[in-house]
Amino acid sequence: MDFAFLSSTMVTLLAALPMTLALFGCSIVLGGLLALLLVWMRTGGNPILSGFAKAYIFVFRGSPLLIQMFLVFYGLGQFGVIRYSFLWPMLREPFVCAVLSLALCTAGYTAEIFRGGIRAVSPKEIEAARSIGMSGFLLVRRILAPIAFRHALPAYSTEIVLMMKSTALASLVTVWEVTGVAQRLISHTYRTMEVFLCAAIIYLVLNFVILQAMGLLEYHLSRHRRAIPQALKA
Amino acid sequence: MARVNRLSVRNIRKSFGTHEVLRGISLDAEDGDVISLLGASGSGKSTFLRCINLLEIANDGEIWVDGEQIRMVHRNGRSKPESHRQVDHIRSELGMVFQSFNLWSHMTILQNVIEGPIHVLRRPRSEAIAEAEALLEKVGIADKRHAYPAHLSGGQQQRAAIARALAMKPKVMLFDEPTSALDPELVGEVLRVMRALAEEGTTMLVVTHEMSFARNVSNRVVFMRDGLIDSSGTPDEMFGGGGSPAFRQFIGHFGS
Repeated sequence: MDFAFLSSTMVTLLAALPMTLALFGCSIVLGGLLALLLVWMRTGGNPILSGFAKAYIFVFRGSPLLIQMFLVFYGLGQFGVIRYSFLWPMLREPFVCAVLSLALCTAGYTAEIFRGGIRAVSPKEIEAARSIGMSGFLLVRRILAPIAFRHALPAYSTEIVLMMKSTALASLVTVWEVTGVAQRLISHTYRTMEVFLCAAIIYLVLNFVILQAMGLLEYHLSRHRRAIPQALKA
Repeated sequence: MARVNRLSVRNIRKSFGTHEVLRGISLDAEDGDVISLLGASGSGKSTFLRCINLLEIANDGEIWVDGEQIRMVHRNGRSKPESHRQVDHIRSELGMVFQSFNLWSHMTILQNVIEGPIHVLRRPRSEAIAEAEALLEKVGIADKRHAYPAHLSGGQQQRAAIARALAMKPKVMLFDEPTSALDPELVGEVLRVMRALAEEGTTMLVVTHEMSFARNVSNRVVFMRDGLIDSSGTPDEMFGGGGSPAFRQFIGHFGS
């Protein structure tokens, strides 16, 4: 084994890590906010908004993320409205296009995950909140969202891990994140195995950290479902 | 000085589809009244209670809580509250205790009790905690304040739910079959708490199947049948042979 090559490859790839993390972080935050909006539209009771949300979710879950990304990156520039709008300086950036398409896509999945969480909230707990005079945003913030988030967390951590891996697609729209840099390295060295192995290890470590963090969060938020602490036993 | 009724209900009607569950119910509760609502299942007593705090919206009728009328708008044969803000306010003045407790599962017992005072009544956290601890002491579960609902027995959960309702300092307490979901050996601890509240002068409206409570604790017994008040009176009148034939037949099932 050529450890010198492996370590120099690792160093090169790690230099692209901030870009991978930026793609991931931006798309998760943006996608999460968009998902909240979609869930609100989907469950709010207005037939037009709910229909729009349903169609959105169908389109973005039903078509390949790679094609969505190509459409955003290569497609948007064909429209004069966009090409000559104030948005163009941003939308011509590969990074912005990648984040946009990742966020748009994850929003569809996340909205459905959150909706499942909301459906799992017991109507009795909602009724109890109404009976003390809670309604609207207060009820959502204090009772509905905290319970729904707990129900949604396991599925949501899977979605987050999927997103971390999906950032690799950004290499195909010329964003120099870990996978993109790996491919460039291979085209120079022809050492596919070693380089992709190093890249895979980076993703594995990242996802290990994410899953540990999500597991910790889940543990912290599910105290009410665990066995009775010794101190409380009579 | 004329006494203001804590609760006054006039001619409440409620239908689900074509089925008329409440066919014109009127009821007054003065300060300190403890009214037991009895009736077979399906007689409309729970629906009646839920109409009072607007968890169900009555099709017709008037409701006053502590002298304030709930404003309704009627349109196309349907009615709904005029102001959601008033609904929230009215609900905060009516303490509801549910058959299946309905505690918030992700909060500790103490958090359940302080939630309303802090976020609905906007009271300072330290005061809310002090009062909540006193209430939990009163219902006998102060040692469970940091436990979660799932860690408590049914009787303890129901006592916590009573403390949660009391923390709002309600004008009237509504109990919707508070002991029906409990194992028989746990019923007594909840009834003891309710009896203590009655003796303190809390105005209470209790839907129940506990004949001993109706007879010994309440000062008025209301018997509902087919969406109407069949008969009502003091416990002595009702249980002393003064009730309607239907009521005598009803209590016959309980072996009284």
